[in-house]
Amino acid sequence: MKAAIALATALCGTPAFAGWEPSKPVEIVVAAGAGGASDQMARMMQAAIQKNNLMKQPMVVSLKGGASGAEALMYMKSSEGDPNKVLIAYSLIYMLPLSAKIPFNWRELTPVSVVALDQFVLWDNSAGPKTVKEFVAAAKAASSPFKMGGTGSKREDHVLTVFLEQKTGAKFSYLPYKSGGEAATQLVGNHTEANVNNPSENLEVWRAGQVRPLCVFDKERISYTSKVTDTQSWADIPTCKEEGVDVQYLMLRAMFLPGKVTAEQQAFYVDLFHKVTQTAEYKDYMEKQALKPIFLTGKDMVQFLEADDALNKSLMTEAGFVAK
Amino acid sequence: MEAFGLLLHGFAVLLTWKTLVLMMVGLVLGIFVGVLPGLGGPNGVAILLPLTFTMDPTSAIVMLSCIYWGALFGGAITSILFNIPGEAWSVATTFDGYPMAQQGRAAEALTAAFTSSFIGSLVAVLLITFLAPMISSFALKFGPPEFFAVYLLTFCSFVGLGREAKHKTVISMSLGLLLAGIGMDTVSGNLRMTFGSPELLRGINFLVAVIGLFGISEILLTMEERLALRGHAAGISLRVVLGVWKDLPKYWVTLLRSSFIGCWLGITPGGAIAASFMGYNLAKRFAKEPENFGKGRIEGVFAPETAAHASGTSALLPMLALGIPGSGTAAILLGGLMVWGLNPGPMLFVEHKDFVWGLIASMYLGNVVGLVLVLTTVPIFASILRVPFAAVAPMIVVSCAIGAYAIQNAMFDIWLMLGFGIVGYVFKKIGIPLAPFTLALVLGNRAEDAFRLSMIGSGGTLKVFWSNGLVSSITTLALLLLFWPVIDNLLGRVGWTQRARAPSQ
Repeated sequence: MKAAIALATALCGTPAFAGWEPSKPVEIVVAAGAGGASDQMARMMQAAIQKNNLMKQPMVVSLKGGASGAEALMYMKSSEGDPNKVLIAYSLIYMLPLSAKIPFNWRELTPVSVVALDQFVLWDNSAGPKTVKEFVAAAKAASSPFKMGGTGSKREDHVLTVFLEQKTGAKFSYLPYKSGGEAATQLVGNHTEANVNNPSENLEVWRAGQVRPLCVFDKERISYTSKVTDTQSWADIPTCKEEGVDVQYLMLRAMFLPGKVTAEQQAFYVDLFHKVTQTAEYKDYMEKQALKPIFLTGKDMVQFLEADDALNKSLMTEAGFVAK
Repeated sequence: MEAFGLLLHGFAVLLTWKTLVLMMVGLVLGIFVGVLPGLGGPNGVAILLPLTFTMDPTSAIVMLSCIYWGALFGGAITSILFNIPGEAWSVATTFDGYPMAQQGRAAEALTAAFTSSFIGSLVAVLLITFLAPMISSFALKFGPPEFFAVYLLTFCSFVGLGREAKHKTVISMSLGLLLAGIGMDTVSGNLRMTFGSPELLRGINFLVAVIGLFGISEILLTMEERLALRGHAAGISLRVVLGVWKDLPKYWVTLLRSSFIGCWLGITPGGAIAASFMGYNLAKRFAKEPENFGKGRIEGVFAPETAAHASGTSALLPMLALGIPGSGTAAILLGGLMVWGLNPGPMLFVEHKDFVWGLIASMYLGNVVGLVLVLTTVPIFASILRVPFAAVAPMIVVSCAIGAYAIQNAMFDIWLMLGFGIVGYVFKKIGIPLAPFTLALVLGNRAEDAFRLSMIGSGGTLKVFWSNGLVSSITTLALLLLFWPVIDNLLGRVGWTQRARAPSQ
């Protein structure tokens, strides 16, 4: 199975040849609710493809965020052989099968390309502590539960919270909300002390001066240097490692087709999303949402996925989130 | 008065032929999708969203929000004529609207629904215009305990104020809560009651249940009783419309109360759905002859429709100011905003004044134009009742099935809808009210999550529900409503409510 995918992707690594094209509208499947980071990205792609005439058939966004995204995974799994559906995936493809025992394995789908990496940032209310050190001290000194908001349970945000606890020795009460947007407003309203939202989820409240970024969970700073608020750019946020908390996590944003599609069909989408990454809409979006640009396909992508899968698995196991 | 200047500016942005034409197109499309049961606002807006990508943001949002108004107006039509609510908040409109249609007063009911929708949204728009900045900071006060208190208030008002036997209300509500638990549990991240079935992963969609419970069960009942729609096609004339309008001042208390409830729950993120139910229940409680409710009282249409539209309109405010969509349709509009490069949030009001005030101005215009449009088309819709039942029934069933399928593109949902149709039929036969069931199905999950998050946050003490002025007053009010029958009784004994009761004796 794996060999077959590797072979198929190797064949398609070369620039696409005029061959197969979709004959009906293409569904871009979002494994999250309306307005979330995946949805925003899907809408950006839809607009980029439509405005630049990258495909003859229209693209429609279909939201399948039920059961924390499991709905989308099962939908893709059951669409075997259908080349008119493409999933915009993130780390739930590794985590959900582990935590909720969803009968799903990303190796059953056809990988197209990795299109971006998403960052995680530690945020607190702008009235709260100003540095990571003060923040950790406040968490340790708190008499009532020190509340950390996040999206979903036993997922990226929750894992990061557990690792923050392990590295700092502070205790947090993790509050799982339904979306990153909700986690953002709850922080602004002072109902939680902090969250570990993606840049896009907290962007607007940061610009309004309601939250403060403390550090970014990556080994290097975010590269974008143009001012986002009056005084700060994304590049001004220190890494957590600089601040003495060595926790790192990046999340993939990748496109998948259902299993058992032909090599030609796969090649069409590799080419399509490669073109998308060249558009002004994509570049603008990457900078605005502080995403890390990347484009992997073929063998490179499979290698990346295998390594990423192993990493996520070990994090989940260590955090104790793997269902028995 | 700054708001007033900005609003005038908004009208200036809006008053071009192009936007006015888009507005009409949007309203007509909206009424159409609203009339098809189950297709409703969210799906309509979703289907038409890509049409707007090439427009400038202001024209695009004007058109989309007009589809939204149109769908809201249109939803009332199916609720009244066929007992099939299109959106969650149309459910309460069926309670008296459908009996009115059966008595041949369909036109009157429709006029009442449209007029009160108009009043409700107008009050909400006024509120948005003048209180926008204050309201967004009010919405931020809502953390998990406050959310739970609001849901509790809704549940309690059902038990305490409902006319049905209390135990039946509780049974119905508990069944709804049980079904709401199916699917992924956000707080623990585990699956519940899915029994290994991938179809149950999603949980039970509220709209699928509602289409079955109300629409299909009604068809079954009609088939059993007699093969005809029980309404007489009512000719609508200017006289009926004016007649309803002439009586409006009599119901000013109901209208005002419902507008208030609607606005309050609408700006409470996620509270919009509860509004129509509460509007209805309170109108019933304070009516002189509450026993006539559910049998075709015009007030029973005024109350929920006013509240629903006040909340539907004011729900756009948390969406714009905080990025929290109050309803399914608002969620899709939110997706649209992002495509046009407008990120909802507190900065939207500062950086995109043209857009925000253009939208607010379009709410005024869209509502006026929409009211005229629906009133002139009422005869067309009311004439549906003249078609023989044998011809209409299959069409209703088919459009219900399409609606149920379209929500999540799942064949399983059609079977589910039919199943709920039978459940609805049985419930009606044994006198178990459907409303508490649907309410629990739609709010059960959120109430549970809010309660558990409150418990995690407070370290497990119930005192958190009395921890500040806002949450304590809502919780206390909820408990008062729950025990209202007992309190009412006690007060009655001491002679406090004698005067209020005098007219009915």
